[in-house]
This record gives sequence, C-alpha cells and structure tokens, in this order.
Amino acid sequence: MRAARAAGGEGSALPRWVFVPAALGVLLVAVPLAAIVARVDWVRFPALVTSASSVAALRLSLRTAGASTACCIVVGVPLALVLARSALPGLRVLRAVVLLPLVLPPVVGGLALLYAVGRQGLFGPALEAAGIRVAFTTASVVLAQTFVSLPFLVVSLEGALRTAGRRYEAVAASLGAAPSRVLLRVTLPLVLPGLVSGAVLAFARSLGEFGATLTVAGSLQGTTRTLPLEIYLQRETDPDAAVALALVLVVVAAVVVVAVHGRRGAGAR
Amino acid sequence: MGPADGPADGLVAELRHAPRDLAADLRLAPGEVLAVLGPNGAGKSTVLSLLAGLLSPTGGRIVLDGEVLADGRHRPTPPHRRGTALLAQQPLLFPHLRVEANVAFGPRSAGASRRDARAAARHWLDVVGAADLARRRPHEVSGGQAQRIAVARALAADPRLLLLDEPLAALDVGAAPEVRRVLRQVLRGEQRRSAVLVTHDLLDALALADRVVVLDGGRVVEEGPVADVLASPRSAFGARIAGLDLLAGTATADGLRTAGGTALAGLRDPDCAPGDAAVATFSPAAVAVHRDDPGGSPRNRWAAVVEDLTSREPASRGALVRVRARLLPGGEEVLADVTASSVADLDLVAGSPVHLVVKATAVAVHAVGRTSP
Repeated sequence: MRAARAAGGEGSALPRWVFVPAALGVLLVAVPLAAIVARVDWVRFPALVTSASSVAALRLSLRTAGASTACCIVVGVPLALVLARSALPGLRVLRAVVLLPLVLPPVVGGLALLYAVGRQGLFGPALEAAGIRVAFTTASVVLAQTFVSLPFLVVSLEGALRTAGRRYEAVAASLGAAPSRVLLRVTLPLVLPGLVSGAVLAFARSLGEFGATLTVAGSLQGTTRTLPLEIYLQRETDPDAAVALALVLVVVAAVVVVAVHGRRGAGAR
Repeated sequence: MGPADGPADGLVAELRHAPRDLAADLRLAPGEVLAVLGPNGAGKSTVLSLLAGLLSPTGGRIVLDGEVLADGRHRPTPPHRRGTALLAQQPLLFPHLRVEANVAFGPRSAGASRRDARAAARHWLDVVGAADLARRRPHEVSGGQAQRIAVARALAADPRLLLLDEPLAALDVGAAPEVRRVLRQVLRGEQRRSAVLVTHDLLDALALADRVVVLDGGRVVEEGPVADVLASPRSAFGARIAGLDLLAGTATADGLRTAGGTALAGLRDPDCAPGDAAVATFSPAAVAVHRDDPGGSPRNRWAAVVEDLTSREPASRGALVRVRARLLPGGEEVLADVTASSVADLDLVAGSPVHLVVKATAVAVHAVGRTSP
C-alpha cells in the first residue's frame, strides 16, 4: 500500500479536492493533541505524574487493564473461534450481541452491569449471599473494562481466523492431529499476530475506560479510581496535573497504535 | 497386490453427496494408485473431501481396510482418525514450524516421542532428498522443495491411504518433474502405497497411477487401466485428454521401443531410464503423411496403412482431417492431423499405404507407473 502511494502516478489519479477534507480530518486529530502538549507544564511534570494520587491511579489502571486483557483473552479467544469456525445456529445474533459494547455508550454498559451484579441487581442478592461484593470494587473495574474491550479482541481475532482459512487445519487433521492439537499447534500459532494486536487493542481500550467504570465502580482512590477518572477529577482542582496525566495516556496510545500497526505490517509480509 | 490380499483390504467407497450431485463408486486394491481425472466441476475435490472426512456424505459408504469410515447414517469417522493424509496443490507447510517439525507433526500427533518423531522426520526428509533443509523455515525453501517436504510430511504420518489433490499443478515447470519423480519413487517404489490422485494432467496419471476413473458431472463415466482408457477413450473428456498420440513400450537410449518392435526417437524425461516402462506422446499435428517414402534421414519414419479418416472441423475452410493409421509391421495406431487439401492431393482413403514422419523433437518419452502389457 505504501509502495502504491509512493509511486503516485500509478492507477487512476485521485481528484485533487479529496485532499482538502482529508487534510481537515488530520488537523481535527492533530491540533487538539498539539494543544494539550503545548499546555503541559514541563517544570512540574515529573512531580505531577509522581504524586501519590497519580501513581495510585496509574498503578490501578495498569493492573486492571492487564487483568481485563487477560479476561478478554480467556473468553474472547474461544468466542472468536466459535464465531469463525463453528456452524451453530443463530451465529449472527450471537455476533451482534458480542459486538454491541462497541457501539453502546459506555455509561449504558456500566448501568447494565450495575443492574446485573449490583446490590439491587439481578445477581446481587445471590452474590451477596455468597459473600461476594462486586459493585464499587476493583473487580467491578475489571468487569467494566472487559465488557467494553471484549469486542476489540473478538473482532480482531475473528478476522485473523477467517483470513488464515481452514486449509492448514484440514491438513493437520489429515495427518492425525486431534481437534485440540490442531487448535493449539496450528490454528493459534497461525493467528498469533491477530491475537496480539487484538489483545493490545483491548488493553488500550481498557486503559481508557471511563463511563462504564464510573457508573458501576465509582471513583475511590486506589480501589476504583483509574487514570481517566483521576484526570477527570483533577481537571476541576489541578488542571496542570490533569494535563500531565493526559499526556501519559496519549503516549501510551501512540505506543499501542505503532505496536498494532507494526504487527499488522509484519503479518502481511 | 490385488484382491488376493483379501476382500477386507483396500478401499471400497460408494461416495454420495446429494447437494453436490456426486454419486461415484471407487475401489482401490492395497498398494494401488487410482487417478481421478475430469473437467473442472466434475466433483474431483468432493471425492477427496469425502475420503478425507472433511465433508459428510449424504449416503453410500466408505470402507478402508475393512473399517467403516462413513455409512451415511452414523457420524462419520473424523479426519484425524482415518489415516488418510492429504497432500494439496499448495504445500501448506505450517509456517511457524521448521521443516523438520513439519514432517514430525504426524508422528507427534500419533503419540510418538519427540526423539522417534524426529527420527521419522529425518528418514522421510532423506527419502525425498530434503535432508539438508531440516533446519530451514518454510519460507526459506523453494516451491518444489516445499512440495517435496509436504510429501515427506504426509508419508511420515504413515497413512493407510494417501490423498493427492493436484500435487503438481501449482509448481512451476522446472519444479514439477522433480516432485513427480519423488512421488513416483514413494508410490511406485519397492514399498507400494495406496493413493487417490486427483489431477487434470494426463502426464501425472501416466506417471503415477495404475488405474484411472474419469469423472464428469459427479458420475464415473470411464474406468480402467491408464493405458486402456487412453488408448480407447469412451468419454468426451477421455477423448480430449487422449487427443495425443500415445505409444507404450520400453524406454531406450534415444527414445522408445514398442512391444510390436517399432522404434521411436524422442526426448526422454530425466527420470525415465532406458529399460523403464514408458510411453511416447506426440501431437497428431506433428505427424506428416506422405504417399511415397520421403527418403532423407528423419529418424521417425514408418510405413503405415490408413484405417479411416474423420473430418475435424467441417465448417472451416482450412478444415483438418484426422487420419487414423496403423503402423507396419508393429500394428500400433497413430493419429495424424492433415489439411483437407492434402488429403485430396494425396488421394487418401481407408486402406491407402502411407509413410508417416515425426520429428524426434516432437516426441516426448515419459516413464509410466504401470508396467507395459
């Protein structure tokens, strides 16, 4: 693709006016990012990002995002396999349900989770009886993040599975490999790049989660107040701290984008 | 070889798949190689999918070495318990495994220890002449090498039946003869192997198979020993692939000698040694027909008698006539395509004595799987 663009003259030419709205689109993203970088108080930056509340929020964010990514892998990989490989009836409905959090406002997702596992929720009394409290705990943060991130992993992996096709699996089975062995020794290694980029995307989405987390988990420092919640809170009291922490998230996002893009490029080879 | 080994051995397949309109019966004796020929869409791939267990039949039954793999009623035996290794058009080496681990995949799947699987992999890589590639990654070998490695991988799984799906079709011209030679060696060597070979290439069938079935529209339209089907095709497809002149015999230093004693000069395949059972093929268009002995020194010059004449394209001006002639004294049948005007000039009719001339460079000599009759 890059080669085609560099060659320029090849193929039919783009109409020139297309570049105007395209440039506007780039500016729409780049200008605000530049504005926030310009607003960073570099002198106080180290102190701001290492304050007790910042470190607590950052640490919590990394821990919960890591945990929710793990949860996404545990349930998302089998889910993607079922969607891409099985012939279950109602697969389209199942896919729509799994992808719903992609388009659902996160606050609605949080509300839904609250009515599922909250004290007044569908399973609240049962969980309470078992001595498990979910709402407003770190577990609820992970739950909210998994809820919103799962589709990212599933979509990415399902695409990779479809691209990889079933021919290698057919050959492996004909060589005597049982289905589990085919899955572990052939299918998953083949789609590993798709799995990695899906996991990275899920991690990034978890790291940025705000609406669902606030709704189902609240904002308790060290327990449920993740980095985005901390930024939102600091915005009122110490805008400089909010900007400094925001920059941290921007950098993380940039790293993720490069990682996923680099992966995809390598996978296409 | 043959049914003498007992009725339980080999393959008995009544292949039925209603949605794909396939109803074909195949039988295979132990150690026999069956070529499945046919035009695109004839159902060749469906045959292999049903045998491999990748597709469930809607009826019929498949029995391999006395074991019922599918009977159209019960759940068919899954692919990994069939012992039917698949070799596809593409080598499909697992890209994340080294060559040796690819070949060891079958033995490992069967529960062999790491060391035994490795030994088996080494052995089969050696057989296909790829031992020096063991440590390579699949993307570091050429297309022909990859297909030879795929052959080794299929054989290392010790299949009861080898399923070959156009194994030479995707290779470039330079690589195909080498892979064909390897396949001949492993299928037709001292240890014979049962195999079903799907192909649209006459050469593959000649080189590798004992018997041919021609499939068309999901039905077997022709069946028999390779040479018989080619010598007297009864189906349209058989006739098309048999549009070549084909003389069976024994390879000689500079060509081939038929059982009837006719000597042909031609270009011998590298994998065909003098003394091998072989066929010589050439296009009927390469055969020149003379009324008088043309003299000179063409190396393929035979006396013959015209058997009959058939018009090939009656409507066109430069219409061709196919001359069927019988060589003297060998009795072999040779087809020649000549223009209608030269038929008139030469005054050819059935029974005319003629001389046939073919350039040695137009004759190809290939080894065949079947010993010549």
